[in-house]
Amino acid sequence: MEAKNSVLVVGGGIAGMQASLDLANRGFKVYLVENSPSIGGRMVQLDKTFPTMDCSICIVAPKMIECLRNPNITLLTYSELKEVSGSAGSFTAKILKKPRFINEERCTGCGVCGQHCPVEVANEFDMGLGIRKAIYIPLPQAVPLKYTIDRENCLECGLCQKMCRAEAVEFDQQPQSFSLDVGTIIVATGFELFDARTRSEYGYGRYQNVLISLEFERMLSASGPTGGHIVRLSDGRIPREIAFIQCVGSRSLKGGVPFCSSACCMYATKESILIKEHEPECHVYVFYNDLKVFGKGFQDFVDRAKNECDVKYVRALPGEVMEDPKTGDLTLWYEDTTENVTKSIKVDVVVLCPALIPRAANKELASILGLELDEYGFLKSKDPQFMPFDTNVPGIFICGYCQGPKDIPESVVQASGAAARAAEVIALMAGKEAQ
Amino acid sequence: MGQVKGEEALRIGVFICHCGINIGGVVNVPHVVEYARTLPNVFYAEDSLYTCSSEGLSKIRENIKKYDLNRVIVASCTPRTHEPLFRATCEEIGLNKYLFEMANIREHCSWAHMHEPEKATDKAKDIVRMAVAKARLLKPQEEPEIEVTPSALVVGGGISGMTASLCLADQGFKVYIVEKERELGGRLNQLYKLYPTLVKASEGLNKITEAVKANRNIEVWTSTVLKQIKGFIGNFEVTVQKGNGETANFAIGTIIVATGADVLEPVGMYGYGKYDNVITQLNLEQLLKDGKLEKPERVVMIQCVGSREEKGRTYCSRICCMTALKNAILMKDMYPDTDIYILFRDLQTYGGHYEDYRRMAQDRGVKFIKYDLEKPPEVVPGLDGRLAVNVCHALLREQIDMDSDLVVLSTPLVQREDARDVSRMLKVPLGPDGFFLEAHVKLRPVDFATDGIYVCGTAHSPKDTSESVSQAFGVASRAAIPMAVKRLRSEAITALVDEDLCTGCGTCVKICPYGAIVKDERGVARVIEVVCKGCGTCGASCPEKAITMRHFTDEQVVAQALAAVGRN
Repeated sequence: MEAKNSVLVVGGGIAGMQASLDLANRGFKVYLVENSPSIGGRMVQLDKTFPTMDCSICIVAPKMIECLRNPNITLLTYSELKEVSGSAGSFTAKILKKPRFINEERCTGCGVCGQHCPVEVANEFDMGLGIRKAIYIPLPQAVPLKYTIDRENCLECGLCQKMCRAEAVEFDQQPQSFSLDVGTIIVATGFELFDARTRSEYGYGRYQNVLISLEFERMLSASGPTGGHIVRLSDGRIPREIAFIQCVGSRSLKGGVPFCSSACCMYATKESILIKEHEPECHVYVFYNDLKVFGKGFQDFVDRAKNECDVKYVRALPGEVMEDPKTGDLTLWYEDTTENVTKSIKVDVVVLCPALIPRAANKELASILGLELDEYGFLKSKDPQFMPFDTNVPGIFICGYCQGPKDIPESVVQASGAAARAAEVIALMAGKEAQ
Repeated sequence: MGQVKGEEALRIGVFICHCGINIGGVVNVPHVVEYARTLPNVFYAEDSLYTCSSEGLSKIRENIKKYDLNRVIVASCTPRTHEPLFRATCEEIGLNKYLFEMANIREHCSWAHMHEPEKATDKAKDIVRMAVAKARLLKPQEEPEIEVTPSALVVGGGISGMTASLCLADQGFKVYIVEKERELGGRLNQLYKLYPTLVKASEGLNKITEAVKANRNIEVWTSTVLKQIKGFIGNFEVTVQKGNGETANFAIGTIIVATGADVLEPVGMYGYGKYDNVITQLNLEQLLKDGKLEKPERVVMIQCVGSREEKGRTYCSRICCMTALKNAILMKDMYPDTDIYILFRDLQTYGGHYEDYRRMAQDRGVKFIKYDLEKPPEVVPGLDGRLAVNVCHALLREQIDMDSDLVVLSTPLVQREDARDVSRMLKVPLGPDGFFLEAHVKLRPVDFATDGIYVCGTAHSPKDTSESVSQAFGVASRAAIPMAVKRLRSEAITALVDEDLCTGCGTCVKICPYGAIVKDERGVARVIEVVCKGCGTCGASCPEKAITMRHFTDEQVVAQALAAVGRN
């Protein structure tokens, strides 16, 4: 295939996968580069999705497999974009494939190595609440289903190598560098989480029963570290009172980011409803600033939480969370403006909803691609009004959360949109050449 | 499709999924595997932690080959999400995909009977036995091939419709834009400046309208409405009618619905229609655009007028908070001394830069008062022809009374009156909020469930210009896929008429929701396969039992039912 009809997609989350599939399904050759060992992005970590309550892995896993099977898509996982030269229609991208220390062709994903590996480390997929081995797949539905050795934690005992019937373990594997010729590039690198530890008044990192929402999401998931049971990390007890705190680090000029992450009010509502499904006796409070109900079906979803699940929405952001060191119980202090008094409430678990922020790595990526960042670190649209996916570099497009806060459907829409722009630009160039 | 298997002796393979602990935590999966091995014609059965993982799928492929399986059952989750995956896996190894059957032992079993593991295990066995009973009767099916006309119909010539049209036309597809008004441009014709860039709406609009008019691949039909649409993906026939009664026909492959939305006229609310100085945000845009806004001493904006109601329009209209903020900022820049209050419920300043607007407004001295749904503000006549606005401050629980020269109501976008006609004509659904309903809220946000028809812009739900434009590009990608591929395979699960039994009563012709059945010259019912969705309505209603549903034959369904009660 001609290089101009090839596309490099950077980021294998829902946006990157959708852009890849749209282009591949119409005949473009796609190279999908993903930094981590598996594609799938953030959606694989979620239990359910709002407001439809679809099981997240159930709707995203088929997409991951579709990417794997599509003959027009080449998956480059555990790989990084290092250098780009050229211009629209003829970019050359240098990719660095990090060593998995596993021969991908040989590994069958049988898992015998993982069973025998003696090293246990905190599992990133479960936000550190679960464990994995030093030779691991990030999740059971990993695509591709190829193991990776985490050399930082590996003891090099060689057990995996001994046990592997496929002879796939290669301790001497080196990073590989290679070049790709592509016509266009789509960037879909998503977000990372604001470090809730920096808001020390909430005690995250100090108090065991203060969690961040993605940890709680893993706890809700039947495939998560607690098998879908909601428990207090301090004593394993089922909580009777849970409070969510919104806007941890978001909409804040001091010690945070100024923007709204667009998804927290709704996922907190979702998690609240799920709590009531798991533990009907549990009381749930959501402390919020402005309830963001702007999307399709959102207000009805909040009404369902209020009316059917008795979730209490409190318009106040607590100033402080205090722990009773004996019991692990937590007290939230907040200002009740209607009575102009400071009130407190005692709960078993606090779930913080941290800001979803642009990846710190965007800076390096932007400099590799020659892209501009906005003042908050998002990749910048050339014209946010009428050309939201175009950047200052012709032929390079952005979509999903790296372009600005948004939820899953909006990321999917943008991914298709960026794919359309990539196809359009190539068609226009071909038209000009023909003239 | 490879070699079609299925006529040889039956060799059924059953693959039972633990779905992590979703199934395996309740159902005793090894017992179900043991049981499956005892069922007639089952040659192979195994379990898997996740059958949908690439490991699980390769085990299916390996065992089809190893045991020469010619029917495959996966007992796991819902066919809605996973059937295409397992079918494709069968197909890859040369097994006709209609020889695959799915048994749902998660939604129908382990999730529903979480606290009764033994009974759930028994039920899982029943479900597997039923699937085996059906699988024994499965027949291979062929999917008809469709050619796709590489042209699109775009209904609506606003910013969404024009953006999608240009993107498709640039890729070489022919596009027909049908716009009922005399001019292109839609809602943007009425707006002054747009957030977030504060570009003049007319500037952006002129640029894109000129580009549309200049594009040789685009035909613009203004003052034109849809009269009729027939056909199916790749092969639609459209009849349109111009204002003068003249009609025209186009052959097209895909349809994009970009019909936009109306702005609610808040008659009877807060004195609108009664007092001249109670206007809507849209009226205010017009005044700003025409430069006719005289300096008011004080302006009060009221949010959520006719939206986020307890009943009826419960939805949030998404754009009103930002529109109010933007117009407040523009007014403050014109008349810095004017007092502006925004009475709001929850400020929808989401995303990367909308919160900046709140700060910009605050810096300019715009004041915000939160009110509750239970205690909405009141607007009554005041002194000297002014208005009095009384509001209960939701945070301070204080009654605030003020006079005002101008009250601006932020009213929601609502579905257009004629959306029902479009919905009926295209056979695409509207949701409970009246807006067009997409195929899947999360992962297919601009597709309709009907192939070849797509939706974008405010026809889908309230959204601002940049969000509408995003969807328009998204739709352009989705519609381009079949048109670029040129050939598609359509569903094989369709109705089949037994001509000897058909009496030509016409019941099926009348009842088919897709217009897929016609009477031929002999008066016998004939199914247009590519239009048929296999819904089964005709089969159920045929008094002569002359209609068979492929893949859901009476024989197959009865066998399944008998197996359910243990008689097979």
